[in-house]
Amino acid sequence: MRHFLEFEKPIAELESKIEELRKMSEADGLNIAEEVAKLTEKHDRLLRATYAKLTAWQKTQVARHEDRPKTGDYVRALITEFTPLAGDRAFADDAAVVGGLGRFRGRSVAVIGTERGSDTDSRVKSNFGMARPEGYRKARRLIELAGRFGLPVLTFVDTFGAFPGIDAEARGQAEAIARSIEACLEAPVPVVVTIIGEGGSGGAMALAAGDTVLMLEHAVYSVITPEGCAAILWKEASQAAAAAEALKITADDLKRLGLIDAIVPEPLGGAHRDAETTIAAVGDAIAAALAPLLALDAPARTARRRDKFLEMGREPPA
Amino acid sequence: MSWLTEYVRPKIRTLLRREDVPDNLWVQCPACQQMMFHTEVEKHLKVCTHCGHHMRASADDRLRWTFDGGTFSRIELPKVPADPLRFRDSQRYADRLRGAREKTHHDDALLVAHGTIGGQRAVVAVMDFDFMGGSMGAAVGEGIVAAAKLAVLQDAPLIVFTASGGARMQEGAISLMQMPRTTIATRLVKEAGLPFIVVLTDPTTGGVTASFAMLGDIQIAEPGAMIGFAGARVIEQTVREKLPEGFQRAEYLHEHGIVDMVVKRTELAATLARLILLLRVKDLEAA
Ligand SMILES: [Zn+2]
Repeated sequence: MRHFLEFEKPIAELESKIEELRKMSEADGLNIAEEVAKLTEKHDRLLRATYAKLTAWQKTQVARHEDRPKTGDYVRALITEFTPLAGDRAFADDAAVVGGLGRFRGRSVAVIGTERGSDTDSRVKSNFGMARPEGYRKARRLIELAGRFGLPVLTFVDTFGAFPGIDAEARGQAEAIARSIEACLEAPVPVVVTIIGEGGSGGAMALAAGDTVLMLEHAVYSVITPEGCAAILWKEASQAAAAAEALKITADDLKRLGLIDAIVPEPLGGAHRDAETTIAAVGDAIAAALAPLLALDAPARTARRRDKFLEMGREPPA
Repeated sequence: MSWLTEYVRPKIRTLLRREDVPDNLWVQCPACQQMMFHTEVEKHLKVCTHCGHHMRASADDRLRWTFDGGTFSRIELPKVPADPLRFRDSQRYADRLRGAREKTHHDDALLVAHGTIGGQRAVVAVMDFDFMGGSMGAAVGEGIVAAAKLAVLQDAPLIVFTASGGARMQEGAISLMQMPRTTIATRLVKEAGLPFIVVLTDPTTGGVTASFAMLGDIQIAEPGAMIGFAGARVIEQTVREKLPEGFQRAEYLHEHGIVDMVVKRTELAATLARLILLLRVKDLEAA
């Protein structure tokens, strides 16, 4: 059963009509192919029109869609011989950050990503993708490991943000995030980042200071959640749509501001309608990003990464 | 890098710029409610003489108290595009910026100066909480980078006083990118073999804490300062638990091994001078 978002209601209605007709034709042997084709065409047109002009707030909902492929889905589809590695060597293993070694198109790589979970159990286990310090410390450990062995690092970002908890603060959440950012920046190997869903604030930035930052077409990337921003600046969370618009959180916005490197197009109607095509497109985009990075020597690549970030925001946006 | 030449012809500011308050004004300690003479409070670096509470201090105060004899030279910081998102909530960001500039007489939430501490050259960057809650946008990020470059150029340690509510939301993801940018700044200082010392003051939270503010070679906190990543209210709403006594205070961070020391304001300059001398023994021997 597909989950429809509020703004998808007219699309959902058409889909259920088509479904009803199909059932009727099966039961009664009626030939209604023409009618179905007409409705399907109408449905596709509506879907295309809706998804061509999603607002920032609608994109936020698409980015958080429960059927949208999650980090685990990308790892399963794109990484062979995936070998998960666990723990920060100090306190715990954090299921909100998955990481390990494996092969991407034959090449040995390190993979790290925030995992939101895809059903109730996995969501609870991964704390809905909100990592604690252990998660960021694991990330840093794996980035350093990858650096020692010359393995490119692929990160997948999909998180509401770092976990705001008493325990997280007590164990140095801020320091853990800062060190993870530093590890990304200092890695002597290529770091390719993909924002697959929600790039939420510092918890996302911890894994996003890469050579190349890719972003899915309907993903969002923001310094604060629209709800959080609305509560602070508009004094009411119901203004989230206005905040989302003002914060400029869409892939197009980020690209125009020069803060990401490339946008990966999603299938018609968003990644949640066709996970396989989405994941394949991300795989191709990662491969395309990796090739030129592998051609650089380590010092040049690290210097280029630094320069890229240092240039951000210095010039007015185009 | 035109800003770098600026420090060559420094404008020595009037160091004891008198604030527009009459000498007989009374100040009430927000902690113990005791009344004190304004001049008395100033003399004790805004530390309550009754209970030791460290009152909020301005960025100008910090510079005055940190450098030898209160003497320093401020540098002009690089200009960045103003209001890149044309952000507007109930107010335009452009108007908020103008208001903050009028209120503080500063361009943005960071001041950078150089001078000596205990006779040693030092570069000091101070965040100004009075300027939009010390929030970090492109100007603050660029200022931290400039401070780091100045430290390298002068072969001097970099000391940063933090005071910030976090990222400047009105600059959207540009403010988020100041986290990696300021992290790079800390690397420039460290790679030059220079000490990077952070002094966390009340309050320091959000994106500032989760970047350069936690990357010091030495981490110092002021007594009672609120320091954390997430805001206390957000945490309370998330975990639905009462927060422990003293949570996210300097002493709590010290207990949890997150800062090296909690240093009284009146002992801070001497502590910084001692740390610089202890760390830079290699340079002193070579000289
Ligand atoms: Zn007092």
